[in-house]
Amino acid sequence: MMDSLALHLPALLVAIPLFTAFLIPLAGRAGDTARSALVLLGAALTSLAGLALAARVFARGTVLYVFGAAAPHAAIPMDSGGIPIRIIFQVDALGALMVVIASLSSLAIALYSLAAESRQSGKDGFYSMLFLLVTGVLGMVSTGDLFNFFVFLEISSLAGAALVAYRIDKGEAVEGGLKYALLSTVGALSVLMAIGILFAQYNALNIATVASRLRFGSLDMIALVLLAVPLAMKCGAVPMHFWTPDTYTTAPSSITALLVVSSQASLYGLFRILFTLYGDLLRFNWAVFGWFLVILGALSAFVGVTMAIPQKDVKRLMAYHAVSQTGYMLLGVGVGLAVFADAGALAAYGKTAMAGGLFHIINHAMYKGLLFLTAGAVFYRTGTRNLNRLGGLGHAMPWTMVFFMIGALAIAGIPPFNGFASKLLIYESVFRFSPFLAILAMVVSILTLASFVKVFHSMFMGPPRAEFAGVREVPAPMIAGMAILAAFVILAGLVPQVFVDRMIAPAVNALVDRAGYIAAILGGH
Amino acid sequence: MNMTKIVRTTADLFYPFCLVFGLYVVLHGHLTPGGGFQGGAVMATGAALLLVSRRYEDITRSLRQNTMKLCEAVGLLMFITAGLAGLFAGGAFLYNGLAGAGGLFGEPVAFGANPGGLNTAGLIPLLNIAVGIEVLGGLTVILLYMLSGVKETEP
Repeated sequence: MMDSLALHLPALLVAIPLFTAFLIPLAGRAGDTARSALVLLGAALTSLAGLALAARVFARGTVLYVFGAAAPHAAIPMDSGGIPIRIIFQVDALGALMVVIASLSSLAIALYSLAAESRQSGKDGFYSMLFLLVTGVLGMVSTGDLFNFFVFLEISSLAGAALVAYRIDKGEAVEGGLKYALLSTVGALSVLMAIGILFAQYNALNIATVASRLRFGSLDMIALVLLAVPLAMKCGAVPMHFWTPDTYTTAPSSITALLVVSSQASLYGLFRILFTLYGDLLRFNWAVFGWFLVILGALSAFVGVTMAIPQKDVKRLMAYHAVSQTGYMLLGVGVGLAVFADAGALAAYGKTAMAGGLFHIINHAMYKGLLFLTAGAVFYRTGTRNLNRLGGLGHAMPWTMVFFMIGALAIAGIPPFNGFASKLLIYESVFRFSPFLAILAMVVSILTLASFVKVFHSMFMGPPRAEFAGVREVPAPMIAGMAILAAFVILAGLVPQVFVDRMIAPAVNALVDRAGYIAAILGGH
Repeated sequence: MNMTKIVRTTADLFYPFCLVFGLYVVLHGHLTPGGGFQGGAVMATGAALLLVSRRYEDITRSLRQNTMKLCEAVGLLMFITAGLAGLFAGGAFLYNGLAGAGGLFGEPVAFGANPGGLNTAGLIPLLNIAVGIEVLGGLTVILLYMLSGVKETEP
């Protein structure tokens, strides 16, 4: 029984959150306790399925799941003429890494939301949307089908936009949500058009099949641009970052943490398309697209942090830092992409840079999620996000302060937290690619530290203030949610080598192994 | 607002036909153009007819938002359950274990060109019915929300 259940993990990964999402309105009729129990159960089961699937992938290699087939492994039916006709989930080590991120974050966020949203109304819709967003993210990172990717992208965008605007907040949140919805829709239409171009030429939607047939004509290049730009926009890269401050600031804090994960699923899509769909060693222009990512990354890192420094709204400040940190990921993976065709450079520092970039994805999801949750905790008790009005909260909210410190030190790249581990990988490898970019990355890190010292000081330091006399520590479920993320931040900082060896290195190898991805579906060539 | 008696009577007459036609589109989804979404939308059009011909307060007595939300959730749950049933039938998620197995939708498909039998296709009609229920509920909720904002004005 256990073994057959393990076989169906990829399906359960999306079926469980979907089922929970649609069951919530029914459970809501039975009362608050029933709904909370269901949310907790659904989140726990989803994470369990995700972690079990990831463990299986890291242990045994790529996992395939063919929906609707008599046997979940049969990618190519006997009578289809060598074409995979069904929707296939293909989870390789890179997908598994993203599944781990989404599983851990969604569990922490569900726990946190249970307490943070307990005094609000309309919880049926809120939690349904939350689980739909989780479904979208998990689907995006595990699907092996282009159109299916678009569908999950839409699910995550629509659920995300609805959640951003869920607490209307005098219309401000609606503006943030509308901006996100509009840009996501434009982006998704562009992705759909690109998929249409590819489908019209190659009669296939399966990523591996399209990759194996790709001819690198001018139409394919148009499709690549139509795919890459919206996905770069969705992950918040400068100069397409303008939606992030509004959207991240106005969303409920737990949702902001989940939107960070969702933006990283777009990042995953970008990498998957560049490396797997288009990454033919000889025919792909590695240098151009590598530098495209490198420049996007350097710009994002620098512009993000300089925009963050003057902010007075703590969540807006963190949103700009999210843009800045995304820059590191683009920079790291971009360096790997730029030197891909040069086997010596790739082995010498390209793969290290990519490992740094991918490690930074999981690290960032954890510490930035943690930071947004602490900002939400402060807002939950004080009702303000304005740094000029906050102060002296360290006396009343010690746990939140400790979690904030952990997150802030991690984002600034201070050892022994996880941000240091991935940034070090990026510095040393990018230095061999271009010393200027490495120095830029370090400067950004210093500015990040400066900015968070300011935030820490103005939120937690100083004598207790009269207007916050009634402020207490946040309820236990919120602390538990933050603790999950904080535990990962510390663990990945103390033993980074374990994570790099077990998860990141296989993910890098999966990303560069285009032939392996194709062969998993179509058989050996 | 209440429309004239002519409009109201026509809408009342049309309503059952809309529902029947919607049901037809849903149930024949595996044979003819259409399917769960389209059929559900046709049924919701019937609800839209009633909504525009009558006062919002009058209509919510028979078309309740709660019932429609229930339809939405139940339809979607049916869909996922049907998908999970594939696991118990020994295949993958959404495996069509019912096709050709006898029973209500399990008649084997005749070989060669034929107009198609209603009692075929196994899981697919069930999925269509689930989607039909969901879309009927979802679209009607949307219509009710939109029309709840309409203000009464004297002509």
